[in-house]
Amino acid sequence: MRTPKVKAKPPKAPATGGATNATLELRLYVAGQTPKSLIALRNLKKICEEHLQGRYRLHVIDLVKTPQLAQDDQILAIPTLVRNLPQPIRKIIGDLSDTQRVLVGLDVRPETT
Amino acid sequence: MARASKRHKTAAARAFPQLKKAPSGIAGFDEIAGGGLPAGRPTIVCGGPGCGKTMFAMEFLIRGATEFGEPGVLMTFEETGDEMSRNVESLGFNLPSLVARKKLFLDYVRIEPSEIQETGEYDLEGLFVRLQNAVESVGAKRVVLDTVEAIFSGFANVGMLRAEIRRLFRWLKDRGLTTVITAERGEGTDLTRYGLEEYVSDCVVSLDHRVNDQISTRRMRIVKYRGSSHGTDEYPFLIDKKGFSVLPLSSIRLEHKVSKDRISSGVKDLDAMLEGKGFFKGSSILVSGTSGSGKSTLAAHFANETCRNGKRVLYIAFEESSAQVTRNMRSVGINLGQYIQKGLLQFRAWRPTQHGLEMHLLRIHDLVDEFNPQVVIVDPITNLISANLNEVHAMLIRLLDFLKDRKITAMFTTLTTNRGAEEQTEVGISSLTDTWILLRDLELNGERNRCLYVLKSRGMAHSNQIREFVLSRAGVHLLPAYLGSGTVYTGSARLAQEAREKTETLREQQRVEEKRKEFSARRNVLESQIAALRSELSSGEAEFARLIRRRNERQQRVALDREEMGKMRGVTPANQVVNS
Repeated sequence: MRTPKVKAKPPKAPATGGATNATLELRLYVAGQTPKSLIALRNLKKICEEHLQGRYRLHVIDLVKTPQLAQDDQILAIPTLVRNLPQPIRKIIGDLSDTQRVLVGLDVRPETT
Repeated sequence: MARASKRHKTAAARAFPQLKKAPSGIAGFDEIAGGGLPAGRPTIVCGGPGCGKTMFAMEFLIRGATEFGEPGVLMTFEETGDEMSRNVESLGFNLPSLVARKKLFLDYVRIEPSEIQETGEYDLEGLFVRLQNAVESVGAKRVVLDTVEAIFSGFANVGMLRAEIRRLFRWLKDRGLTTVITAERGEGTDLTRYGLEEYVSDCVVSLDHRVNDQISTRRMRIVKYRGSSHGTDEYPFLIDKKGFSVLPLSSIRLEHKVSKDRISSGVKDLDAMLEGKGFFKGSSILVSGTSGSGKSTLAAHFANETCRNGKRVLYIAFEESSAQVTRNMRSVGINLGQYIQKGLLQFRAWRPTQHGLEMHLLRIHDLVDEFNPQVVIVDPITNLISANLNEVHAMLIRLLDFLKDRKITAMFTTLTTNRGAEEQTEVGISSLTDTWILLRDLELNGERNRCLYVLKSRGMAHSNQIREFVLSRAGVHLLPAYLGSGTVYTGSARLAQEAREKTETLREQQRVEEKRKEFSARRNVLESQIAALRSELSSGEAEFARLIRRRNERQQRVALDREEMGKMRGVTPANQVVNS
């Protein structure tokens, strides 16, 4: 598996609840340090910390540095968040400003405590 | 002053250093487009489904990579690279090999709306990243986006998409990439469904695939070409095993080299009518006539003669099969079969309804390319004239140009129906041909007879006679014109007329003979009369002489008597009157 530019959080302790117990493998595709990318990254981090504590792995991929991955992973829109695991693949595009939609898109029930 | 000179030069605009062109390599297109697509700029190729947009784009790309040393990038939005490879395989293009040799870069952009959730703002930078990567990895000069509009189905934010497309075209232009963007035809008069032509103002090519009378025809038109002159007509085009071709050469040029060499028509008497030498090599001959007037036979003679001289003939028949023609021609003493076997004569028969006009043209084109004949015969060309005379006219011009360009002598036959309509069809095409031979049926005295005359033949002093055209087992003969008493007689009328003349002379002779006999008899009579008269006369004379003699004798006797009486009386015979 390709893990070029990785800026990941190590998996933490097992999850305490949620829709799925499986670890989410997430990739955020950006193209350079554009405002939209930065906003998306900030939003994503926030969502992860609030709702996905310990059950996700995040790679941020800068396509400017690894352009070939855009083709390999069928990325068109920037920023794109891809949930590679669990299957099936899901894609969320945009700056991830709508937390609810992101969670729906990732098929994750928000934690309510 | 500057303006004046500019206006002056527009006539010779081609001499101007024009917009740089990137040759598409598509047969015929570059001629219409004055050299190709605008180099370093985007071109939109639009049309309905199945009109050949992708083919056009692919050929542009592949020919660029293989023939013009311009590597290319193919970005497809609808078909995967594998599908694309298979699509063009049938045209003899090997995409995987081009990709492996870094002449081509394939990128299939998969858009799956169901997979995508939108939250907040985004752009299509990913597309640019991919494109840039692709262009850099092969050093591309050409790009094809097929069909970029597909992104409209994948993303909801149309405003953003439009902005991105505008940016994309700008981006392509800035990098000097010659780009072909395919687009679906829009509703009504819109060229493209999403109005892409708004963003690309350099060159727009519209393709069309329509069905007329159950025959499909493909058309191409350059709607717009900024900064370049271009053909503005709709041009027929084809997609066949050789790829995309616009038909087949433009008709702008009239620079054929002409030949002074002659080629025999195969009919001695006809050659005699054409200065005794036949047609010009590389000229075009139209043979028109009603059905059954001997057009095909004349064509077969021409084919036969040409093959006999060891030249190749391509015979395209629209009405009869090859076997039928060879059989039929045997009845006039022509054996075409032997030349087919020798490979000098190639027969191609197909139904005129089998294809659209341009397909016919292209098939002829291809056959000529393959076979390289000296003579092409199309029998009859009329069958192509199904719907639109103008189209046929245009096609014929193209065909003739093409054949003339190669110095191929062409013979077309046309079927004329009846006297009224015939002129129209003939005028339609006859002006294009160099020699026009007209076959006519003359109906007279309960029979039909064939007549032939050379209506025109450019560049030679041809005979103006109407000759009787006779088909026999020994082939075609032209009987010398019968110039009786001011009218042309044919067939039995001609025989009758000749017989009539003969009896007339005979009768005249008899009459003279009779007269002669009569006169000689009369002379005999007269002569005998003369003889009789003469004998009468001579007998009269004799009697008269006798009479005179007798009178003289009597007088003498009287005188003697008197003398003696006087002697006796002693008197001299003075003053005595004698009664006689």
